Amino acid sequence: MTNSRRKRWGLTIAGGAVAMAMFFPILWMFITSFKTEITAVATPPAVFFRPTLENYAAVLERADYLAFARNSIVVSLGATLLALALAIPAAYSMAFFPSRRTRDILLWMLSTKMLPAVGVLVPVYLLWRDLGLLDTVFGLILIDSISVLPIVVWMLFSFFREVPAVILEASRMDGASQTEELVNVLLPLCTPGIAATALLSVILCWNEAFWSLNLTTVKAATLTAFTASFSSPEGLFWAKLSAASTLSIAPILIFGWLSQRQIVRGLSFGAVK
Amino acid sequence: MTGAAATKPAYSRHSRALLAPSVVALFLWMIVPLAMTLWFSAERYNLLSPGKNSFAGWGNYRDLLAHRALWVAMGNTLLLVGLVLVITLFFGTLFSLLLDQDFPGRNLCRLLVIAPFFVMPTVSALIWKNMLMNPVFGLFAWITRSVGLGAIEYFSHMPLLSIVLIVGWEWTPFAVLILLPALQSLNPEQVEAARLDGAGPVALFRHIQLPHLLRPMAVVAMIEMIFLLSLFAEIYVTTGGGPGLASTNLAYLIFRDALLGWDVGRASAGGVIAIVLANIVVLFLMRVAGRNLEDVR
Repeated sequence: MTNSRRKRWGLTIAGGAVAMAMFFPILWMFITSFKTEITAVATPPAVFFRPTLENYAAVLERADYLAFARNSIVVSLGATLLALALAIPAAYSMAFFPSRRTRDILLWMLSTKMLPAVGVLVPVYLLWRDLGLLDTVFGLILIDSISVLPIVVWMLFSFFREVPAVILEASRMDGASQTEELVNVLLPLCTPGIAATALLSVILCWNEAFWSLNLTTVKAATLTAFTASFSSPEGLFWAKLSAASTLSIAPILIFGWLSQRQIVRGLSFGAVK
Repeated sequence: MTGAAATKPAYSRHSRALLAPSVVALFLWMIVPLAMTLWFSAERYNLLSPGKNSFAGWGNYRDLLAHRALWVAMGNTLLLVGLVLVITLFFGTLFSLLLDQDFPGRNLCRLLVIAPFFVMPTVSALIWKNMLMNPVFGLFAWITRSVGLGAIEYFSHMPLLSIVLIVGWEWTPFAVLILLPALQSLNPEQVEAARLDGAGPVALFRHIQLPHLLRPMAVVAMIEMIFLLSLFAEIYVTTGGGPGLASTNLAYLIFRDALLGWDVGRASAGGVIAIVLANIVVLFLMRVAGRNLEDVR
């Protein structure tokens, strides 16, 4: 009895230590966001201090922060909606009307994800320049939606496949068209799965850095680009950086925590259910 | 029966139409930039001297291959991917085994452990660069100084390892996200039976848990490779590829050639090399993913 209690204590301490070690950088940033710029760089690091909200006020007062935040929201929601609009019919078709080539198509979609972004940076940059899409929100929506599309199709496919085909056949017998069947029967049945897929897509687009850093400058720059701009001056704006970062990651962290179990499917391309 | 058979062809034609937009979009996305990259890579093409494009043949490749930069960048790319893979798989497995145990607060612990994966890469890199690893004001500097070691200039003395540390911290949660559910999906009866046969924790891991984890581990490795081969933001924010070429990977080298040097030809040749490198990895990945689809049709 005492042995197993000691084991439980040991596990609790080990688990707590690991959790603390992994979470510490985020926690430290969160704490720093309530310091003044002076206490933020104090040595030894200040643990007890009078918390202030002035950094958050300063960040929110800057009109450009809100513009970056708006771009992030519009880009991640827009790209997610576009990806879902393309992927839902595709996943439905492959899940319920598989053909000889379904397996190959799914693998091929996955393979487009393997093309390293840097490999096509130059042509995409030039194309976007010539099409007038550089530094536009729409240009970023296009590229983000196409880069999450394979993951979204795979994830939806794995959710759709769990719906027994009999249910759809029953509605078909009642004379429903294919579109009605998809919209009225399948989508309501799969709402949790679609929601999880949408969340993963929003998370990936929100955190996407490669294209936002390379294809935007000011007008369409997202929060990833905004926070990156804090890297250039070695300047002592850690408290403000922390406040801006906390605001930028909080919504996505909460989304991630809420949907962690479901999004594993999309992240592993269906390998883990 | 006849009714169902009669509607079948119409249905399958319709379902091909439903599939088409995704396939066309991805096909264009794949083929157009790829063709352009290949084309540019055989051209002398600099955005700073417009109208002076000419056919270069293998020229860009020869230039690149003759330069030390490419080899250093390729070495750095492989080192980065390899080290991060080892770190994330090791700690990911260790943390998953721990979080699989039953102890109070383990759900909270899991949430805290997976948190770094959801932080945007630029923010992660900046937290580490400034608040933790800054040689003057950083927390690590204060700790090492208090124990008499002096402050370490992480990003100038060990730039690549510093980036490995940051990226390892970002991706270990991903390994946990995949490996922990895999571990929990292990049949409890099997584990219990092994225990009754007298298997200790080591034997249990070696003979039951590890074999069960191999496939998810392969998935983790593949997906991380895809993302890490193009690792960019962390380098951009912390070292800018330096000092010298010490932390320049292939992605950063191409970025430097293309958007800082405006040398489209050379950057494209670099891009082709990056694609070839990635494809070697892909061949391997396709095998793993293909196995998951064996039950489709």
